[in-house]
Amino acid sequence: MSKQILLKNAQLASGEVTDILVAGDRIVEVATAITAPSETEVLDCTGLVALPGFVDLHTHLREPGFEQSETVLTGTQAAAMGGYTAVHAMANTMPVADTAGVVEQIAGLGIEAGYADVYPIGAVTVGLEGKQMAELGAMANSKAKVRVFSDDGKCVHDPVLMRRALEYVKAFGGVIAQHAQDPRLTEGAQMNEGKVSAELGLTGWPSVAEESIIARDVLLAEHVDSRVHICHLSTRGSVEIVKWAKARGIRVTAEVTPHHLILDDELVRSYDAVYKVNPPLRTQDDVLALREALIDGTIDIIGTDHAPHPIEAKDCEWNAAAFGMLGLETAASIAQLVLIESGKSDWNRLVEVLATKPAQIAGDAENGQPIAVGSIANITVIDPKANRTVVAESASRSINNPYVGMQLPGRVIHTIYRGYQTVKNGELASRGRGRND
Amino acid sequence: MTKHLLSAGDLSREQAIEILDIAEGMSNVNDREIKKLPTLRGKTVVNLFFEDSTRTRISFEVAEKRLSADVINFSAKGSSVSKGESLKDTAQTLEAIGADAVVIRHSASGAANVLAHSNWIQGSIINAGDGTHEHPTQALLDAFTMRKRIHGAQSPGKALDGVKVAIVGDILHSRVARSNQLLLSTLGAEVHFVAPPTLLPQNASGFKAALHYNLDEMLATEKPDVVMMLRLQAERMNASYFPTEREYARIWGFNAGRLGALKDSAIVMHPGPMNRGLEIDAVTADSPRSTVLEQVTNGVSIRMAVLYSLLSGERSADV
Repeated sequence: MSKQILLKNAQLASGEVTDILVAGDRIVEVATAITAPSETEVLDCTGLVALPGFVDLHTHLREPGFEQSETVLTGTQAAAMGGYTAVHAMANTMPVADTAGVVEQIAGLGIEAGYADVYPIGAVTVGLEGKQMAELGAMANSKAKVRVFSDDGKCVHDPVLMRRALEYVKAFGGVIAQHAQDPRLTEGAQMNEGKVSAELGLTGWPSVAEESIIARDVLLAEHVDSRVHICHLSTRGSVEIVKWAKARGIRVTAEVTPHHLILDDELVRSYDAVYKVNPPLRTQDDVLALREALIDGTIDIIGTDHAPHPIEAKDCEWNAAAFGMLGLETAASIAQLVLIESGKSDWNRLVEVLATKPAQIAGDAENGQPIAVGSIANITVIDPKANRTVVAESASRSINNPYVGMQLPGRVIHTIYRGYQTVKNGELASRGRGRND
Repeated sequence: MTKHLLSAGDLSREQAIEILDIAEGMSNVNDREIKKLPTLRGKTVVNLFFEDSTRTRISFEVAEKRLSADVINFSAKGSSVSKGESLKDTAQTLEAIGADAVVIRHSASGAANVLAHSNWIQGSIINAGDGTHEHPTQALLDAFTMRKRIHGAQSPGKALDGVKVAIVGDILHSRVARSNQLLLSTLGAEVHFVAPPTLLPQNASGFKAALHYNLDEMLATEKPDVVMMLRLQAERMNASYFPTEREYARIWGFNAGRLGALKDSAIVMHPGPMNRGLEIDAVTADSPRSTVLEQVTNGVSIRMAVLYSLLSGERSADV
């Protein structure tokens, strides 16, 4: 059993200030002026905000196969430092997470690490090759209980395969998370196609390559009455298509990454490969559209697309560099910047986009629970007034962090994962939650 | 002048004119019997070519040798780069050897910028063509060639104010076009791009050039002083940019008929190597209007001027 933890004078998303008592892996009391029972760790949360632990629907943990970039352990440590209590591990590992064996291995590594719940995402197609459906049922029925399937990194481009996958996962309440990218329209693509790519002489990744797939997939989802989740929306046009689809009653959910909310393609002028990501950084106009859509609900969640890469994959000429950037340890700050500091939204919305909705989309019953008596004790405590300069050193094994040197608001002070403190006063716990914690 | 030459856009009008003027002096050296200056004696210049380009390499090499630099040719073919050595390792090796300047040709856009802004190497970086991005010394030699044809012996000190330049062909993939529109507009020229819509960027609003699809119409309405034909790379031929080479040559190629439509003083340029019969026909290529060989000759003078500007300042600081 964990010892008891009492959070004093924490502000909830609603604005209400209260004490929260955690015993074992549960929240046992939420009230003002709780007296600490004996053997209780008391955390003074005056001026801090306590929120449900965050849930990332889009994480690359890289293990098995790419342990030089990240492992389940280091990735979940980075998650804990970012206030997350659950992550969904994308399937593009080596071997690919396309069998029950691999997804069970990843889930097991998550339990062993003990820093966050690790939900493996299963590949839609064998080897992410887009040719033959992977054993989705076997992964769903495995101990990992996979419910989210994605070929992320690659698009399920074949319309027949996509249709069948959307239909098939209805058998076990699954969802297909689509990486929307028409492969023919993006051959050799290096950055957003537009004014900047023309000047830099880099092959363009046109927005239509994303939008045309989203348009097709929402229509397919409607036709077969299934759910589709769109990963990392990056353009104004994508927002408009999703808005249209939702108005039509189509069961589509949409995700935006933190980086697409604050960075734009002007940064590529430096040819610094830290800004190379897929989908690419778009224009400022797209950034503004994505922010509005996150605020008005057209976009449901923030997914980090945390994509660690070793130094040599970024310390090179642009064309040779890998796509992807870190995100777990900065996502909450960016959400705060866009939703709170902008004055356009509130903490309730931040909780929705970082915790409640991602858990709902993925069907994680044990995450995204409200801060209330009986809930599993997944709690993130943030200092909203902190202002920090992002540094390269972090819990992640990689340093491909585009925010280094930037000032961001907010800091994660404590992360409580199933009643165990993975982060305390901004410091990572030296070990994860064990079976007896 | 700055330490590196990465983009034609890095040069101010004064700096560009200064380089053109220095090149005038260099071209006088090149007309002498003993074509050699001691300026870069003791300096090591590396020609780092990750992409085949015999012409550009030879031009730089001659320029370096005429300035008495020690020249090392590092070609990615047959070197460890083809075994997977990174740009970083190559650069650090050159730094360890003691290169004062690196002339780099690379198939990746931005490779010269990456080299210059890394801390892998301290020497001057000269961009000799990076992917489909820029080729600043080509733009300088083109400007030099235009200035000489237009102003003759009165060239020194002059810019290209009011000169109308039409650049025709594969703008989308052309580093020559990108560098030229930057430099020519800095020098006061008016640039017109002519290409099939498939070979123009989807959004060319950042270009300092007017856009045209129709070559004949542009020739008739704009009456350019200079027409620059771009080489059509073989890899574009079967990628649906245009139906056939014959159709391309008919609509966007330069030929005797179009030569006749030019005003008397107009010149036709080509960065070479030419696809005769495709973007330019033999009559045009071999006509007195063609500056193709002058461009090659001027290339040496311009590269001498660039090397001199970047490296000799350092020398005087040393003293």
